[in-house]
Amino acid sequence: MKILVPVKRVVDYNVKVRVKKDETDVELDNVKMSMNPFDEIAVEEALRLKEKGVASEIIAVSIGLPEVQETIRNALAMGADSGIFVNCTSKLEPLSVAKILTSICNKIKPDLVIMGKQAIDDDMNATGQMLSAMLNWGQATFASKLEIQDKKIKVSREIDGGIENIEVNLPAVVTTDLRLNEPRYASLPNIMKAKRKPIDEIKVEDLNIDIEPRLEILKVEEPKSREAGIMVKSVDEMIEKLKNEAKVI
Amino acid sequence: MKTLVVVDHNNNKLEKSTLNTIKAALKLGNVDLLVLSDSCRDICNELIHIKNINNIFTNENDAFKNQLAEDSANFIAENFKDYTNILFSNTSNGKNIAPRLAGLLDTMIIPDVIEIVDKQTFKRPIYAGNAIATCKSKNKINIITIRSTAFEEAEIGNENVGKIQEIGSLTTNNQTKYLNSELTKSERPELTSADIVVSGGRGLGSAENFQILEKLADKLGAAMGASRAAVDAGYVPNDWQVGQTGKIVAPNLYIAVGISGAIQHLAGMKDSKVIIGINKDDEAPIFSISDYGLAEDLFKAVPEMESKLN
Repeated sequence: MKILVPVKRVVDYNVKVRVKKDETDVELDNVKMSMNPFDEIAVEEALRLKEKGVASEIIAVSIGLPEVQETIRNALAMGADSGIFVNCTSKLEPLSVAKILTSICNKIKPDLVIMGKQAIDDDMNATGQMLSAMLNWGQATFASKLEIQDKKIKVSREIDGGIENIEVNLPAVVTTDLRLNEPRYASLPNIMKAKRKPIDEIKVEDLNIDIEPRLEILKVEEPKSREAGIMVKSVDEMIEKLKNEAKVI
Repeated sequence: MKTLVVVDHNNNKLEKSTLNTIKAALKLGNVDLLVLSDSCRDICNELIHIKNINNIFTNENDAFKNQLAEDSANFIAENFKDYTNILFSNTSNGKNIAPRLAGLLDTMIIPDVIEIVDKQTFKRPIYAGNAIATCKSKNKINIITIRSTAFEEAEIGNENVGKIQEIGSLTTNNQTKYLNSELTKSERPELTSADIVVSGGRGLGSAENFQILEKLADKLGAAMGASRAAVDAGYVPNDWQVGQTGKIVAPNLYIAVGISGAIQHLAGMKDSKVIIGINKDDEAPIFSISDYGLAEDLFKAVPEMESKLN
């Protein structure tokens, strides 16, 4: 069984992002970048399926500037077998990413795509669902547990208020939630080994896909900051403020 | 402009956030509602009195009982492609179905909208709310999910307003099958839609100590939350986690107890209407975003607060 894992290079989750002065974007110069945490969980889950003997091959794919190859190398260092780098200099939104991934899926025919439920930069939560719609495959979003049994995948999904269990025919798209697993760190020998694993390069132009953005970003601004509050001196004063000033209890 | 709101529900009851989504939709045009369920009647009875809506379209089918994205998205794509706007609540159902629908209709979804600037321009949080992006849509159909805490609820009157009519037919999918659900049996409200959230951090020190917070939560009818530090320390289950990598909440009142206020936590709760912080360290960053701060030992303050509330 072949698993495709799309991985995205994003601002590291520990970085406090700052809006640029000209309000066109957030500051990305000299900021630490890492693999999207939900994608790390996706790589880890694919590796576990391979270790169980369910999967035979794991391919990591990333789309963007040459730097995204570092993210592919991370996935290879964790244990993925090979990578696909889609070279693309334009800004992409999930609709375009889903189209590019559709084209790759049609070419390499994976049995399963595992990917993060959302990227922690644009917080779209869309690419996995769009991809499965375009491929006309089943989807299992927000997975917290999965199990593969003959051409089917059983997935526990995190929904508001609990867990939902569904069964999806393969091929399918699964998107990962936080509880699915805890990703491993790449060991030094594996980091060295990853340098020799193959990464195929594809130019986005060669795929003949419309990647023109449908959403124009007019402005990126700081959220409204909260007004400085006050310190109260006692529980009584706190309750009084909540009742009479804030009127929330 | 024809605008559709896809109603979120659990087959018996309307999901409350639908009312906020309808309120948002009314800014965009004439609003029709769509109910897909195995039993639409009770839900329609709740919807019929909502002011300023037009049609309530229904399709009753056993396949809709569990709102599988494959079925709902196919049905909507088939029957509503002449609409200009299709809105969902940004709930787990909306987040599951709406992007699939957008994929089918070749349109870029506009998720988690917090403000409608004009009919093609929307504001949405990015980087877990650390920045707000204003996007202008060039889509022919806008598929939008609405963050319910950013909009008021639609008004409900006494008159029957909506005209109920059955529409379309569904060819069920053969890819995905619903098996069962394990819903958390909690008397407490759901974390992301609760009016009040009581959240604890590493300052609690142990799983047992969380009981003092739970008592306070139960007194207030609040949901329980936690910081990532408390989850990582194993004090509470992971689905309590509020923060950039956990749940994003914006209740009327957020009570942060023993939480220092790491960036990752603040990102998940700083849109709450009122925030109070209780922490013995009077320089904890949580106080910089608290409306009311109390620098006191939580093991003294929380039981006292609980006993003094009635």
